[in-house]
Amino acid sequence: MTKVKTVFAAFATAATLIVAPAFGQEAEADSHAQPQIEAQSWSFAGPFGKYDEHQLQRGFQVFREVCSGCHSARLIAFRNLSEEGGPGFTEEQVKALAAEYQVTDPSVAEGQRPGVAADYWPSPFASEQEARDANGGAVPPDFSVLAKARGTTQPGLWWVLNYFTAFQEGGPDYIHALLNGYEEPPQGTEVPEGKYYNNFFPGHSIGMAPPLSDGAVTYEVAEGEQAVPLTLDQYSKDVAAFMMWAAEPHLNSRKAAGFRVILFLLVFAGLMWMTKSKLWSRVKH
Amino acid sequence: MTTPDHNIHSTYQPTSGFERWLDERLPIVRFGKEHLLDFPTPRNLNYWWTFGAILVFMLTVQIVTGIVLAMHYVPNVSLAFDSVEQIRRDVNGGRILQATHAVGASMFFFALYIHMGRNLYFGSYKAPREILYMLGVLLFTLVMATAFMGYVLPWGQMSFWAATVITNIFAAIPVVGQPILELLRGGFAVDNPTLNRFFSLHYLLPFVIAAVVVLHIWALHVPGNNNPTGVEVKSSRDTVAFHPYYTMKDLLAIVVFCIPFAWFVFMAPDILGHPDNYVMANSQVTPTHIVPEWYFLPFYAILRAIDFNILFIDSRLGGVIFFAGSILILFFVPWLDRSPVRSGGYRPVFKLFYWLFVVNFLMLAYLGAAPADGTVLGLSVPTFSKICTFYYFFYFLIVLPFLPRFETYRPLPASISENVLGRTHS
Repeated sequence: MTKVKTVFAAFATAATLIVAPAFGQEAEADSHAQPQIEAQSWSFAGPFGKYDEHQLQRGFQVFREVCSGCHSARLIAFRNLSEEGGPGFTEEQVKALAAEYQVTDPSVAEGQRPGVAADYWPSPFASEQEARDANGGAVPPDFSVLAKARGTTQPGLWWVLNYFTAFQEGGPDYIHALLNGYEEPPQGTEVPEGKYYNNFFPGHSIGMAPPLSDGAVTYEVAEGEQAVPLTLDQYSKDVAAFMMWAAEPHLNSRKAAGFRVILFLLVFAGLMWMTKSKLWSRVKH
Repeated sequence: MTTPDHNIHSTYQPTSGFERWLDERLPIVRFGKEHLLDFPTPRNLNYWWTFGAILVFMLTVQIVTGIVLAMHYVPNVSLAFDSVEQIRRDVNGGRILQATHAVGASMFFFALYIHMGRNLYFGSYKAPREILYMLGVLLFTLVMATAFMGYVLPWGQMSFWAATVITNIFAAIPVVGQPILELLRGGFAVDNPTLNRFFSLHYLLPFVIAAVVVLHIWALHVPGNNNPTGVEVKSSRDTVAFHPYYTMKDLLAIVVFCIPFAWFVFMAPDILGHPDNYVMANSQVTPTHIVPEWYFLPFYAILRAIDFNILFIDSRLGGVIFFAGSILILFFVPWLDRSPVRSGGYRPVFKLFYWLFVVNFLMLAYLGAAPADGTVLGLSVPTFSKICTFYYFFYFLIVLPFLPRFETYRPLPASISENVLGRTHS
């Protein structure tokens, strides 16, 4: 019985080793159309990952000063910005920030009033059609869950590894790559009028003009803190992290709870194992 | 047929006056003691047998989390997507609740496939357990229907397009196809009526499933469990009481099963889903690559494999016939398998075909997710899918009925206790 199992296991392992590279080669052949997106190192990756408050604040600044001109974030309320596990603004800061914006409210006299913390982020365009008209026919997608609506693929069978590393950062990786992916179109490639060539966008011609460049946003450096480079690479990382937070605002507490739950289950499983073994030690089976 | 002694085992003695009074009117305590505590169970069941209890646990998890989610969910095309997002963001513990339900569906199917694989390997479907087995296949189809409709509810792009593609399958049926399609969708296209009826049925079916589970367990408790030797229980020496032996073993298995479950729920709740489902449903934009959830992939691959006409049957109807056939054929397995020996453990040649079937099934899943114009291992996806589809049916229609004519079996133990305790006692 054991021998059969060993032979089978050996056969299966050998087969996997022979077969696996073949899967890899095919993926490489496909990757000419869509270049492989490089995985970045994110503070919120892995089972112990957490958002970096400073990074979220910087990302929010990029969003506010650049992205929010065209992109909405209709599921994000001002109050979220002061909630635990987020950019860590104080409630006063959030109140002051909300008051800077005019929000639509049919129940007040002029139909507009200054925002309060409970209001949702005001959209830059009144309707989808208006957004389309202002952007050459393409609708800038809403930011609320965008970071989870994008992803990357791994070559060959490497995706299997994702289940063991809890890899969930394909979205931020893609956003970072996209923002850094504007290039001169290669020889012979025609880019339609009003579109831009982007190495990582599916089909390569994207409606969004390059939104960020080195020095486009000035970060304030708090006392005693190291200045962050004012580069496109840094901005795109910060805004991708902010977008991930917007899409998954409870990530910190979720992972922390998960750590305790899994620890509990491991101990519980150990106790159950001992119970079961003790019980069955009297019975031959 | 001898009467197995597990049918005469009532050891219940009402102790108090109230228990006696209740026992004469509704012997529910007696029933519980006989079926949940004292039920004689083969002593040699391995961990593959714990997946039945794991499935009961998973059904409970899905029903409990589902009922709470339904308190917050809004089945309306313009609100559904945001309402699921509101659950994740603003309901207390909502992110975990929603993740448990979504990941739970995958864990449910994972346990279900292992449960079915165990059944096929140890020949548990064979007489006298045909009804038990067929109820199991019925449960499988009900769970698939429920999972499919549940996947539509978040109203993302994959939800919408999965609903469109899957309901379209029915349109291929001659004459009644179009009316069935319109009945399922509540119109000509997937829209608000579709979402509403899917929500209603998604809430109803789990309770139907629970009722069939009761029948499934009833049908289990008539002949009793099969076991790894496939030799029927012959005396009380072959069995142990269900409680505490199997209650504790099942509980251990459930707790261990919860570890990867919790890993996904807390650490990677979206890893089993598709990024496109975070884009709200849009009938004007077709995703570049429509794939069903992983647990439907093998059957989806079979559906896609038939891309050629067979005589007067066009490829579309042909695909549907093979797709439906791949599930319906499971109902006939007890009569297709002609082997007098039940357990695969004593069938050296069957074992090879069985494991090849498992590998083939996994390959079908891989092919179901592969783009139709791609290649896998140097073969085009359509060609490879045809080979795997062929073997899927070959296993049921050729191997199971005809292999027993050529196979020499390993000697069977005289009884479970002999197998476990050795021959020393004889």
